[in-house]
Amino acid sequence: MGTYRRIEVSESSNVSVIRFKDQKIIDPEAIQELGQELFDLVEKDNCQKMVLNFSNVEFLSSAALGKLITFEKKSKRHDAELILTNISPEIFQVFAITNLDKLFRIKDSEADALAVL
Amino acid sequence: MSHHNLPRTIQCELSSSLTAYQELVQQILDVLTELEWQKKDLFGVHLALEESISNAIRHGNKEDPAKRVHVECQLSPDRFWAKVCDEGDGYDPSEVPDCRCSENIEATGGRGLALIRAYMTSVELSQCGNCLTMEKVIAD
Repeated sequence: MGTYRRIEVSESSNVSVIRFKDQKIIDPEAIQELGQELFDLVEKDNCQKMVLNFSNVEFLSSAALGKLITFEKKSKRHDAELILTNISPEIFQVFAITNLDKLFRIKDSEADALAVL
Repeated sequence: MSHHNLPRTIQCELSSSLTAYQELVQQILDVLTELEWQKKDLFGVHLALEESISNAIRHGNKEDPAKRVHVECQLSPDRFWAKVCDEGDGYDPSEVPDCRCSENIEATGGRGLALIRAYMTSVELSQCGNCLTMEKVIAD
C-alpha cells in the first residue's frame, strides 16, 4: 500500500482500519483526493474488510458524503465489507437526516466492528 | 432597541470558485461564537452555509468565473438569517429528487438541500431557484 495524504491505514488481523487525517472534510480538492485514496483501497489494494473510523472527523459536507456513497458502492462491487465507526453525534445526525444510516453498516467502536468482521 | 440588540449584518460578493468562500463562512461563525451560539447550533449553520454556497457556485453558476454569488447575513444572539443568490439560469426546486427515498439513497448528489432544511427553522427558495433564504431561530 502506498502513502496517503488524506487517510491513515493500519492492518489489524486482515482488516484495514482507515482513519481520516482531516478534522473538517470540506475542501473540494481534499475531498477528491480522499475519494481516490478510498477507492484505491478496494480497486488496487483489494482490501476485503475495512473499518472506517470517524473519531477525528468534526465536520463534513454533502460532497464528502457523495464520495463515501461511491466508496460503499465500489466496496460492494468488489465483495468487500465496510463498517463505519466512532461517528460523533453531530455527524451521525447528518447521516440520519439523509437516511445514510440505513445505507452504511455502522458500529459504535472499532472493537465492535472488528468483532463482526 | 439598544445598539447591542441590532443584528450584525454581513454582505459579500463571492467569485464562483469552490475555494473562495471558506473565509466568509469562518467570519460568520466567529461572529455567532462571539454572540454565544452553542456548538451544536453552529454546526447546523456551518453546514447550511457550506451547502447553500457550494450549491450556488456548483449548480447555479456552474463555476463560471464571470458569475458571482451574493451572500447577505443578519446575525443576532437568537437568530441567524441568510440569503444566498447566484447568477445562474435557475432550476425548478421540485425537480430535485428526494435523496432520502430508498430509490435515490445511493445517488451521490442532492443531499445539500435536505440538510439545509433539517438544520434551519425555515428555508425559502425563489420561484426560479436562484435565491435561497434561510433562517434559524434559537428557542429559549
